[in-house]
Amino acid sequence: METQTITQELGESTKVKTPTIEVSGSVALLEALIVEGVETIFGYPGGAIMPIYDALYDYNNKLNHILVRHEQGGIHAGQGYARTSGKVGVVFATSGPGATNLVTGLADAQIDSTPLVCITGQVFAHLLGTDAFQETDVINITTPVTKWNYQVTDATEIPEVIAKAFYIAKSGRPGPVLIDITKNAQIQKFNYEGYVKCNHIRSYRPKPIVRPQYIQQAAELINQAKKPFIIWGQGVILGSAEQEFKAFVEKSGIPAAWTVLGAGAIPTDHPQNVGMLGMHGNYGPNVLTNECDVLIAIGMRFDDRVTGRLDKYAKQAKVIHLDIDPAEIDKNVKSTVPVWGDCKETLPLLTALVEQKPHTEWLNLFNEYTQKEVEAVIYDELNPTSGEMTMGEVIKQLNDITKGEAVIVTDVGQHQMVACRYAKLNKTRSNVTSGGLGTMGFALPAAIGAKFGAQDRTVVAIIGDGGFQMTLQELGTIMQSGVDVKIIILNNRFLGMVRQWQELFNDRRYSFVDIQSPDFVMVAKGYGINGKTISEREHLASALNEMLDHKGSYLLEVMVTKENNVFPMVPQGCSVSEIRLK
Amino acid sequence: METPDNEKQEYNITVYTENQIGLLNRIAIIFTRRKINIDSLNTSPSEIESIHRFNIVITESEEVVRKLTRQIEKQVEVLKVYYHTNADVIWQELALYKVSTDVIAEKVSVERLLRENGARVVVLRKDYTVFETTGHREETDNLISILQPYGLIEFVRSARVAIIKDSEGFNSKLREFERLEPGEDVVENEYLNQGQKVFTM
Repeated sequence: METQTITQELGESTKVKTPTIEVSGSVALLEALIVEGVETIFGYPGGAIMPIYDALYDYNNKLNHILVRHEQGGIHAGQGYARTSGKVGVVFATSGPGATNLVTGLADAQIDSTPLVCITGQVFAHLLGTDAFQETDVINITTPVTKWNYQVTDATEIPEVIAKAFYIAKSGRPGPVLIDITKNAQIQKFNYEGYVKCNHIRSYRPKPIVRPQYIQQAAELINQAKKPFIIWGQGVILGSAEQEFKAFVEKSGIPAAWTVLGAGAIPTDHPQNVGMLGMHGNYGPNVLTNECDVLIAIGMRFDDRVTGRLDKYAKQAKVIHLDIDPAEIDKNVKSTVPVWGDCKETLPLLTALVEQKPHTEWLNLFNEYTQKEVEAVIYDELNPTSGEMTMGEVIKQLNDITKGEAVIVTDVGQHQMVACRYAKLNKTRSNVTSGGLGTMGFALPAAIGAKFGAQDRTVVAIIGDGGFQMTLQELGTIMQSGVDVKIIILNNRFLGMVRQWQELFNDRRYSFVDIQSPDFVMVAKGYGINGKTISEREHLASALNEMLDHKGSYLLEVMVTKENNVFPMVPQGCSVSEIRLK
Repeated sequence: METPDNEKQEYNITVYTENQIGLLNRIAIIFTRRKINIDSLNTSPSEIESIHRFNIVITESEEVVRKLTRQIEKQVEVLKVYYHTNADVIWQELALYKVSTDVIAEKVSVERLLRENGARVVVLRKDYTVFETTGHREETDNLISILQPYGLIEFVRSARVAIIKDSEGFNSKLREFERLEPGEDVVENEYLNQGQKVFTM
């Protein structure tokens, strides 16, 4: 029975415990993944996870395992996959160094609420605590950076634990889960009775109950407001509430701005989308945060990069905070009305109660600020006619060609802020970036995963010359898997964001930001990936077209101005109203 | 409470959890990450099988305590978290004192000592005697200073256990968790309704 899984053979009725098949813990794990709908696994084998890889040998036609070049690449790929597909990313790693290499990705997924299930091998149970070869206390190392973790030492636990892992990873506020499985449990045979998905854990409340009185109070505040302002985050996307959100925005007529991770939940050129919040966000949304009378925060957590100085943040406004995680309410900004719950449920209730209003004058005020920003910053950034190329004009040209249909994956630094500011996004789940943790080296592996998660879409990774060198070994993963990822390196021969801060705040004392790079095109060529370097403006459009038209992966290195700064900017410790245009 | 939100005082945090390896660490790091010292920590099985109860004492402002309790309650294996000031709870610590029987019999009026300090003798041997008291920190401290001149051999004090004055319905609420499926009447996040305070029953 090549096409049927053991679980299918056992049949649906798992409550009847008579039909059992003896399987190993490893087989039970792979069966569980199949029932959970997993198609792609990113992983790297090693001693303590060998029994699972041995079982995987026979599951090659049901589970697509992508061999990465480093476990950090594996987990970032899992994150990219989860972000574009909305499914749980699955990652395999071995014990010891394999597991510790996951930690950065776990921390990234934890702070950005990305659903992951990571499976790590562990030494035999009888060797735990003996400093055995490649033994590490993975559970304790990963506790602060996982939503849940668990060590399996007996194969019979595997079906139930994996079911819990998937349920916890994707329900409520999503997050990473790590399951550490000792080698004996992977080998051990037991009577497998089938797999039951988990949908309830008694101590776990994935979402708070919606309270009608808060919806009512929120609607009253919104209906009385003269200058209401919506700020939204990734919660809208994680809750698959894009339609509900759009309906709320359009009926209420309220201007809406996004956090970096919320980008794309409604299209960039939606008339009520007034731009990006935060340190390098747009002028209007930052300044007018301190002028609105009701601030409606939806699925966002008031990160310090969004709020700037907290004691001068929206003090004049009544705050309505919609969030699925009760711990986020009143954590940074005190709410007037806390709307607990899943925004997919709360938004329609709120939409039903809000009055239809145009808010034309208020919206125009945002547009006036946009004009000022265009004149002071944006026009020159996007349309330079002389000198070296800017990062912004590369993004603009890319927009012109992709028309906003591509998935944009970014790394961390200046290019990330420029890409988030200027990339046109027509669809949700189009912006993949490391927001909370700011992990350099994220983009290349994340782009690989993003493509597996959205195979019918064009995936463009935009990376700086610094970040690219942190995980460039994943070019090997691209080579071997044949995945089609377009890579743009915006090379300013500097660690640009740190250099910008050193210029602005440290008297241009450029301390270790002058970074040398290899010939990226040659490196790519070594991995069998085509590429090109350009430094002249006149070649930009044709080079981008060539990259996008190329069958398979392609690396385009664009030499850009060395010392450009990203503006506007809310300097650290300043209020959002003190945003600088230069 | 009349105390302003940002004034520090002792808070008793009560946490009901599953009996799960690693959970102590998961809870402890919520405090250590914020560099908050735990003054006292007691964990033991509750009256319901498989549910454990933590009593944690810290000195912090109510605002900090409220945020901490929400972070604790967010953990998958935590059932419920409450916090109370010392005025809201009745609490005790238990202390054991080991002294030389010879010295104590010769030099101390044992009867008076026991009476005045509410102590009792746990073990009486030829070579040593163990006293026990329960009470607040000052009370258990007091007996140390009394016994110190008579050659206190060893002293140990337990963590604090506290019972909540206004806890009507706690037990039945906990029993609800034993049911596999969530019933209509289990309101998971009652405390959220209180706006300001963590739910107190």
